[in-house]
Amino acid sequence: MTSRTEQTLTYTILGLFSLLALAPIVGIVFTALQNPDNVNAFGSFDGIHLGNFKDAWEQGNFGSYLKSSAIVTVTVVVVAGTLSILSGYAFGLMRFRGSGVLFYVFLLGLMVPMEAMIVPLYYDLRDLSLTDTYWALILPQIATSVAFGTFWMRAFFRSVPRSLVEAARIDGATSWFTLWRVLLPLAKPAVLTMTVLLFMWTWNEFLLALVMVTDEGLRTAPLGLSFFQGRNTSNLTLLAAGSVIVATPVVVVYMFLQRHFIRGMLSGAVKG
Amino acid sequence: MSAIEPATPTSPASAVAGGAAGAEAKPDWPLGGTRPEARPPGEPRRVGYLYILPAFLILAGLILYPLGHAVYLSLWHWDGLTTGTWAGLENYADVVSDPALRSSFAHALVLLAFYALLPVAIGLLIAGLVARAQVRGLAFFRTVIFLPQVIAMVVVAVMWRMIYEPENGALNELLRAVGLGSLTQSWLGDFDLALPSVGGIATWVYYGLAMVLLTAGVQKIPQSLYDAARVDGAGPVREFFAVTLPGLRGEIAVALTLTTIFALRNFDLVYITTKGGPGDATSVPAFEVYDRAFQTGQVGSAAAIGISLAVVIFLISVLINRVAERGAR
Repeated sequence: MTSRTEQTLTYTILGLFSLLALAPIVGIVFTALQNPDNVNAFGSFDGIHLGNFKDAWEQGNFGSYLKSSAIVTVTVVVVAGTLSILSGYAFGLMRFRGSGVLFYVFLLGLMVPMEAMIVPLYYDLRDLSLTDTYWALILPQIATSVAFGTFWMRAFFRSVPRSLVEAARIDGATSWFTLWRVLLPLAKPAVLTMTVLLFMWTWNEFLLALVMVTDEGLRTAPLGLSFFQGRNTSNLTLLAAGSVIVATPVVVVYMFLQRHFIRGMLSGAVKG
Repeated sequence: MSAIEPATPTSPASAVAGGAAGAEAKPDWPLGGTRPEARPPGEPRRVGYLYILPAFLILAGLILYPLGHAVYLSLWHWDGLTTGTWAGLENYADVVSDPALRSSFAHALVLLAFYALLPVAIGLLIAGLVARAQVRGLAFFRTVIFLPQVIAMVVVAVMWRMIYEPENGALNELLRAVGLGSLTQSWLGDFDLALPSVGGIATWVYYGLAMVLLTAGVQKIPQSLYDAARVDGAGPVREFFAVTLPGLRGEIAVALTLTTIFALRNFDLVYITTKGGPGDATSVPAFEVYDRAFQTGQVGSAAAIGISLAVVIFLISVLINRVAERGAR
């Protein structure tokens, strides 16, 4: 069996790396709570001044950035999630000509990085007068999300016992009814994992927003933060408060559903 | 079916979920040996096309078409405004010969050490320790160490700029506090230090991913292998190299593939922390794509870099998984 010293070493190293992971995060939260009238330094604690968040929300315009992020994220997750369930169902449980080739097309969509598409995407959407609208943020992200979601849901539907689907069919259920009434209740964990991943990726997306949007009213939270930093580097507390505001929604969901985040990301999931 | 989970029935995912019983989604690894099985599932159903249609249309219009358009653009010299001139493959030749572009790919290579090698090394260290002891509260450590993953890279970058800030940043303050004031640096402003400093941020983000992946893998290695090693008189180090490391081959491949992809796609971090500076000391391919297409009017070149990047990412993923697959046999 393992010795006591080894046990201690294990806990020390785990503790050290946990501390290292947490320290910058605690530091920025402390900074966001500092008295803005003092000389500010990152990470020092001098009381709790929640007014900073109000200032960031109003002066820093983070209220508007969060609204944009919410509109884009909810639309992308709902639409992409629904379409992924439909296509994953077909790829997972139906047999039709060309399904193999078609699935490779979806895999390709999963592997093309945004960096490779962003240049033509900008000119294509500009030709359609869609740049500087929410559509320019929503449509490309639905596409990349659907590529991942189809892949994810197909794997789930393949794991469903065939007898269940056959039984439903013998009872005369349509494929539509089988999907929503028989299979979807079973799919809840898989759908939830897909939802949190799509939520996180969409909320955190930066490059697309940077390229597509110039109107301040359309800026998403990460984009807004980068502009806020650009014009406001001296005001440490407000910048820290803004950063905390941008990160909080995903961190809160992570607190409650961390198993889903970890499971999803460990499966090797990446989004284009 | 998946190349990177050799002989083990449970996925790393379900190990994390506390071994939750079977029916969870367990996708095959997207970049590895995935191929639709020889025996197609289900009964013939034409209606399948209808279910796929909406997703396919979106994919075709917003990924496939732009991808083709990117290839087309990459064959022209175009400033984004005036009429372009035909370039043939010149933009691709530039990726290899243009010193600025060469150095951006070289920087990406340096960053690989910080994105992939260091995190995996830290993950292996922790996994090796966890393999030998019953660790209480491992789930708690895992939650904490994984946390940086879910924070937007923009926030991470803003945060670390504050830490690296030369005047009153946390890192220099810390050095002064422990009497190492002579080591204080302009971390992101120094030509030699900027790239490793940016890399350090990436290590901070990704060691959690490697650690969680590898500790989950360790828990699937049969205890009997460890018992056998101990009977043979193997010490902790021998045990690590003889049992733990070979047992984790698949997880190491996943960790390396993921972090390599993240390294090559690194844009947010560089854009916020250094904008490629000082000089071009931290320029990376993804940053060059943005800079050339939207700042300096070299659209064709930007498209060529983007396509090259996609190809490199694809090849590296396939390669790493091939190596892991061969080793597993």
